[in-house]
Amino acid sequence: MQASTPSTPIYGVMAEFRSADALLEAGGRAYREGYRVLDAFSPIPIHGMAEAIGQADKKVQRAVLAGGLAGMAGGFGLCTWTSTTEGIGGIMSGYALNVGGRPLLSWPAFIVPTFETTILFAAITAVVSMIAFNGLPLPYHPVFNVERFRDHASQDGFFLCIEAADPKFDAEGTRAFLQGLGAREVNDVAH
Amino acid sequence: MSERLTTASFEAPAGVDNARSRAMVVGAIGLIATIAGAFGSSTQFFQSYLVAFVYWTGVALGCLGLLMVQHLSGGAWGLMIRRILEASAKTIPLMFVLFLPIAFAGLPALYEWARPDVVAGDAMLQRKAPYLNATGFIARGIGYFAIWSLMTYLLTKWSQDQDGRPGAPYDKRFGKVSGPGLVVFGLTCTFAAVDWVMSLAPHWFSTIFGFLFIGGAGLAALALVITTMAQLSKTSPMSGVFEQKHFHDLGKLMFAFVMLYAYFSFSQFLIIWSANLPEELPWYLTRLTGPWKVIALLLVFGHFVLPFSLLLSADVKQNTKTVVPIALLLMVMRAVDLYWQMAPQYHHGAFHFHWMDVTAFVGVGGLWVAAYLHFLKGRPLLPVNDPYLREALASHGSH
Repeated sequence: MQASTPSTPIYGVMAEFRSADALLEAGGRAYREGYRVLDAFSPIPIHGMAEAIGQADKKVQRAVLAGGLAGMAGGFGLCTWTSTTEGIGGIMSGYALNVGGRPLLSWPAFIVPTFETTILFAAITAVVSMIAFNGLPLPYHPVFNVERFRDHASQDGFFLCIEAADPKFDAEGTRAFLQGLGAREVNDVAH
Repeated sequence: MSERLTTASFEAPAGVDNARSRAMVVGAIGLIATIAGAFGSSTQFFQSYLVAFVYWTGVALGCLGLLMVQHLSGGAWGLMIRRILEASAKTIPLMFVLFLPIAFAGLPALYEWARPDVVAGDAMLQRKAPYLNATGFIARGIGYFAIWSLMTYLLTKWSQDQDGRPGAPYDKRFGKVSGPGLVVFGLTCTFAAVDWVMSLAPHWFSTIFGFLFIGGAGLAALALVITTMAQLSKTSPMSGVFEQKHFHDLGKLMFAFVMLYAYFSFSQFLIIWSANLPEELPWYLTRLTGPWKVIALLLVFGHFVLPFSLLLSADVKQNTKTVVPIALLLMVMRAVDLYWQMAPQYHHGAFHFHWMDVTAFVGVGGLWVAAYLHFLKGRPLLPVNDPYLREALASHGSH
């Protein structure tokens, strides 16, 4: 497959920090400096990291809420349809059975399946929307061109990458800025 | 955080004292009014008083349970609220004193099984008499309070000892009492719920009733903790200590208890509704008729739907301006729920509301809150010599 020609000479500039605290601090300073197209990489979850670099959107949460509500409506609807309809022309028919003289629309009995479908739909939506919003699956990513990143990002390295696509990006200036944040080392990231 | 953590740096602010005095006055007015009312109708006095007693004992017990849970689970959330839980649990001996009028004067007014004339004409109550009798009720009640008081005494005593020993290592005794303690706690609370509340309807039974009581107590306890934290966080020394993330964590826990309680309540309802048996169903039929039905619907909405929907949001849980009103709503709903469980039994299902229902609740509540704040004032607001406190106060490492 023909790779498209990149519009910038390099993908971005990456700095490595020694600790989660240092990365959190550096990410916050970079965001306050005006950088917007940047990402942080850490082997452990860091509280407040996403907020610090301005990536605290709620797309997944909203999708999960929508999925849960859909599951709730679907589950209750399914129970209602199967338990209250006699059938319309032989198709789509339910089982409108008299159980112990209770009304056909016996909602207390529907709550348990409704609860289950709510959780099921919400959980599946959480996984699928997380993968989709992250742009996965992604077979190639330029950050792996940095050797330190390959060896340490999943073990003991804390990385901040400012991408060339950032309007404020300037290879020399950004490199110097990251050095000034106390980075262990700063590398260019090839496409 | 400052580098030195000393007991002196976390002394309770003067506001706690002022609030204690106010609670004392409110409690005294409520109790005097209720005792005056007792001369009019001693039966109504005990009926109103029992609801208040069960409610406030439940808050103290919920805190004792959470205290043992956090000793076992560890985590910053537990260290942050340990002193609040301890202060609340220390009111248990006070609740024992308030139990005595019920035990020695109130039983015939409250419980059918304590009226010999009723028992004489009821074969079922005669069969249940080996358990449901005045001597057994009193002896068991004394036993529950003795066990709860002992657990509270040990846990708070060792916690106090820790204040005087800077640099002491982790004290394993907390876990050794809390582990078996929680098992005993679950059993004693179940029996207490059966004795005090469920036996108001002596023909009726529900096997989940103890869990229901413990779940409700835990919910009320967490609501109290969050409210107290929000008040303390307004002034020094806790203003910089209780942060958004702590409210977020405890808000999540309260959210979990909202769901847990709804789950227990609905389980009880669904099983009885499905079985449709004549010995179980009347309890719900009574409570789903007339004004009681309006209260039942209010509970579905106010005890579950509204707090559940609001607490879904992280922002709502983190902000004291939004999480505190929800906590207060839940404390009120817990009282309404107990009233809905207990009061219909007093008048054979007829709706009946008396002014003493309010004054007894406020009177016992004021006294309870005053005692709680007294104990809260008596200790530094954080266990400063706990070896994990420094880590809990660090900028990361929430939960």
